[in-house]
Amino acid sequence: DSTTLTFETSLPFTSHNCEPPSRTLETTPKELMTFFRDMALMRRMEIAADSLYKAKLIRGFCHLYDGQEAVAIGMEAAITKKDCIITAYRDHCTFLGRGGTLLQVFAELMGRQAGCSKGKGGSMHFYKKDAGFYGGHGIVGAQIPLGCGLAFGQKYSKDETVTFALYGDGAANQGQLFEALNISALWDLPAILVCENNHYGMGTAEWRAAKSPAYYKRGDYVPGLKVDGMDVFAVKQACKFAKEHALKNGPIILEMDTYRYHGHSMSDPGSTYRTRDEISGVRQERDPIDRIRKLIFAHDLATEKDLKDIEKEVRKEVDEAIAQAKESPMPEPSELFTNIYVKGYGTESFGPDRKEIRTVLP
Amino acid sequence: FGERVRDALNSALDEEMSADPKVFLMGEEVGEYQGAYKITKGLLDKYGPDRVRDTPITEAGFTGIGVGAAYYGLKPVIEFMTFNFSMQAIDHIINSAAKSNYMSAGQINVPIVFRGPNGAAAGVGAQHSQCYAAWYATCPGLKVLTPYSSEDARGLLKAAIRDPDPVVFLENEILYGESFPISAEVLDSSFCLPIGKAKIEREGKDVTITAFSKMVGYSLQAAEILAKEGIRAEVINLRSIRPLDRKTINDSVRKTNRLVTVEEGASVVEDSFGYLDAPVERIAGADVPMPYAANLERLAVPQVEDIVRAAKRACYRASSLAASA
Repeated sequence: DSTTLTFETSLPFTSHNCEPPSRTLETTPKELMTFFRDMALMRRMEIAADSLYKAKLIRGFCHLYDGQEAVAIGMEAAITKKDCIITAYRDHCTFLGRGGTLLQVFAELMGRQAGCSKGKGGSMHFYKKDAGFYGGHGIVGAQIPLGCGLAFGQKYSKDETVTFALYGDGAANQGQLFEALNISALWDLPAILVCENNHYGMGTAEWRAAKSPAYYKRGDYVPGLKVDGMDVFAVKQACKFAKEHALKNGPIILEMDTYRYHGHSMSDPGSTYRTRDEISGVRQERDPIDRIRKLIFAHDLATEKDLKDIEKEVRKEVDEAIAQAKESPMPEPSELFTNIYVKGYGTESFGPDRKEIRTVLP
Repeated sequence: FGERVRDALNSALDEEMSADPKVFLMGEEVGEYQGAYKITKGLLDKYGPDRVRDTPITEAGFTGIGVGAAYYGLKPVIEFMTFNFSMQAIDHIINSAAKSNYMSAGQINVPIVFRGPNGAAAGVGAQHSQCYAAWYATCPGLKVLTPYSSEDARGLLKAAIRDPDPVVFLENEILYGESFPISAEVLDSSFCLPIGKAKIEREGKDVTITAFSKMVGYSLQAAEILAKEGIRAEVINLRSIRPLDRKTINDSVRKTNRLVTVEEGASVVEDSFGYLDAPVERIAGADVPMPYAANLERLAVPQVEDIVRAAKRACYRASSLAASA
């Protein structure tokens, strides 16, 4: 079906130091249906991770992305896998968006061999270098200069591609952001700083952490765009615009106004620093999947039942991946000593009792 | 004949940049200023501003950018004007560089070199005088190299740049201007030293002295003094702190049965305890921030006589130099 649908983004873009892109955009029924399915899959995956965590099959930290799906999906729709993405620890869906599999996700979450990092990274450290995904970083804000470094590599290699460095509103106040942005602007690096503003850095509301929570303006001399991050089409339009801008003029900031339904991590019920009404209000009025659902119905592209069927399919896919992940063995003990170095020069490495466990690094 | 350490480092950078277009330099004053200590002299003219990048004074920013560029497959050489300033960027050295290959199960390797002067300089006070060898040497994922001579500087820096892992390359400001004899083989552009191998600088049978960087020179001086008193000291230049050449150290201790370290002695206690005829003697910097006053500064850093005294203790020889304490 090659029908073209034309409509406007939910809200106008607000810009800083640049002409905003058009609100009018085109899509196809196929794209709409794909967006629905992909976002439903991400949502289901995160809900399943929540259950696995509560069943103690996932250890440590686990940060869920439900509510923010439109950012990952809209961004992917605007770029190619030669463009790079780097993000913080809320990385499951970004990884899936880059072409990672559900099995790789669940196996990594459960610390199994089939995980994308062979069980050695965990929830916060997903990577897919062959699709330009450079992690999955656990230290708030560190991924911003790293992303600018990827952009440096792209420009140095004359690849004509860009890097999207994602960070939250919590990291948006860090010094290293401004250091990296300054250098990126000096050197015209094709770096796009994407502030996923979900309005809370852990439990600290943005206005309690930022003197100016207008993050798209915080680059001063660097242009910025405020985007409705709950509208996948607005995200797509903004990312397309940003990529063109960055290739020609260097860095730009995109502030995605988004929302996480879950708490910051699994230890946070997410209700002490915000009201339940606020959460349910966003769910009712701004949910990114619901928005697509309404568009699908408005254009008569599918029935209620069709979408229910898709959701059932997605649920099955997730369940199957979990079952497979559970089958995947834990890493071999010998993996303790692999990948410390690319070249270990045959030196010895030791366990806690060196008389008991020692190995030669290849 | 002979070459200064500064020139040895410069020629190593020049040759590796010439050999591999992915190698680039980044740091404060590496370009137009020609390097705060002139290590990068002439390289901007030769390779241009794309490959010799002057940065603002923002270590966290440019170190992070360097590590990101290494993720992408480039080979950055990041200069810290002194390693004290690397503290502003240590998160990127440890968390972003050292751990990525492991966390990604080998997907993201980080071929980067962090280099610059380390250790006690002269009269610059606590914030500009500290040795970070022990800090970085405890971090799996990093390699830590400590050149002493011009041969070391050339061979180890070339090895560091060619290495696929992150390397912390600890130079010494006071050695930059020192000249060392250098052979034609070392001057050849193909010359490179193995990482993880120590060098026996002076052979001896009575006591082993291990040291790195400037302390190798002190240890050689100490060995001269000891020789006059009939003690033949074997001096090992560690060259690589991580990985550490345990074999060379242990082989030497099993020969001399005595050890004075100017750092790290643990592996010998475990592996060669039965061969020791005396407790391991350890000479290290005083456990204080570096004082400014010349007399205090001298008391804070190891001196030749400290090494001599410790070696004599290890050999159960009364020392005329022994402190009255």
